[in-house]
Amino acid sequence: MINQTIFFSNNNVGIADTTTIAGPKEGEGPLKKYFHNILDDDLLNQKSYEKAETKIHVAAIRHMLNKNGMTAKDIDCVFAGDLLDEIIVSSYAMREFDIPFMGLFNACASFAEALIVGSSMIHGGLMNRVICSTSSHFSTAERQFRFPLELGTQRTPLSQWTVTGAGCTMLENNPELPIKLTCATIGKVIDYGVKDANDMGAAMLPAAMDTLKTHLKDTHRNPDYYDLILTGDLGDAASRLMKKLLKKEGIDIEEIHDDCGVLIFNREGQNVGQGGSGTACSNLVFNSYIYKEMLNKRFKKVLLMPTGALMSKTASLQRETIPGIAHAICVEVV
Amino acid sequence: MKNKEYLKTVKKEMPKTKHLRTMLRAFLVGGLICCVGQGISDILKAIFPAMTEEVVAQFTIITIITITGILTGLGVYDEIGNFGGAGSIIPITGFANSIVSPAIEHKREGYIFGLCANMFSIAGPVIVFGITASIIVGLIALIFPGWFAK
Repeated sequence: MINQTIFFSNNNVGIADTTTIAGPKEGEGPLKKYFHNILDDDLLNQKSYEKAETKIHVAAIRHMLNKNGMTAKDIDCVFAGDLLDEIIVSSYAMREFDIPFMGLFNACASFAEALIVGSSMIHGGLMNRVICSTSSHFSTAERQFRFPLELGTQRTPLSQWTVTGAGCTMLENNPELPIKLTCATIGKVIDYGVKDANDMGAAMLPAAMDTLKTHLKDTHRNPDYYDLILTGDLGDAASRLMKKLLKKEGIDIEEIHDDCGVLIFNREGQNVGQGGSGTACSNLVFNSYIYKEMLNKRFKKVLLMPTGALMSKTASLQRETIPGIAHAICVEVV
Repeated sequence: MKNKEYLKTVKKEMPKTKHLRTMLRAFLVGGLICCVGQGISDILKAIFPAMTEEVVAQFTIITIITITGILTGLGVYDEIGNFGGAGSIIPITGFANSIVSPAIEHKREGYIFGLCANMFSIAGPVIVFGITASIIVGLIALIFPGWFAK
């Protein structure tokens, strides 16, 4: 480990396959042609949205196994996370599988955490094939972090829309695979004192900036090493502010930056505030659009930086500020 | 960059609520709800001329709360609230919505510890303040009986 960055220098951590299940609203967004599956209904005949989210998470993992003709025995471990208290969705989803499981939580950056832990296991030769999966659901998150769904509240212009869906990435110890994870920078918890629970972009921005700067320093790279620097769910306004602040420090990522939250929805038409958010946000965008375009060689070097606002309703009520975190993972066509 | 400096930048750079627009919408929606209330009251008076002013007012409130409950259940009221903001929160309809919406949401956790326990999770403070204020006013009336005499 150099400072905060780990290098998977054996060149053996490859992405074997990805799968995604997007909710109905996401399925109407600009990335609809990239998603593997799109739901018509986000309750799926279940008694609660929590059960529905669990079902989506199960379906994503099952789809991954089925389409590769694998059984539980072929997978060494599943690294999964979601947004709910005690990460019940991932834990309950894993009741359905006879596979070792490690639950992870880094809020919306959980997907990055899963990829980093999974890659490390493979790089070290401890595991051969793992699945990294995350899910989130608008209706379960809204209820846990904000208000009841049917309460007539107004969404502020800074609010974001939790993405409904689940996705998984299968990592394999296989030097032949075309797309590899080559290094990762593990972020620190950074809190600049943002208190507004509706303004998660501003809360996560300092963490994203810190991780990006650390990554560039640790790897001795310039931003233009990458075709794409993709933050998780900063949203539109915070993304623009981040580019502005970075420019002031002499780092220009104007042309190569994008944000998963901005990409997944049509902000104007879908009334989603600053864009999407949630554990499934960076997951759905990476596993569908980015992975497919990397296979097409449109992107060759991508820095994926899922961001997380580590907030809780209890802490917010106790007048706590919102800490942020961001991890960076370098994905390359090798 | 220091924290304070960052917070100042955020305040300056991030998009703000368009107050004029939200106020206008609140005015429209709030006004419309009151007009509906007045309409119901007028209809009641026309159908039942024998009703006293007080009874009409009570029936109007009951009717409008029922309508809100149904609209909340049908998933319409949250759209009205998203458009109208305070215009739909301040009238009695907002209060009704704040009780029905958590009730719907928490029904899945059972009737006692889910629905009943959470029904007042949002409206609770209004009730607490209402009761506290009425106790204080009651005490003042008790101590200074002359103040409230007609």
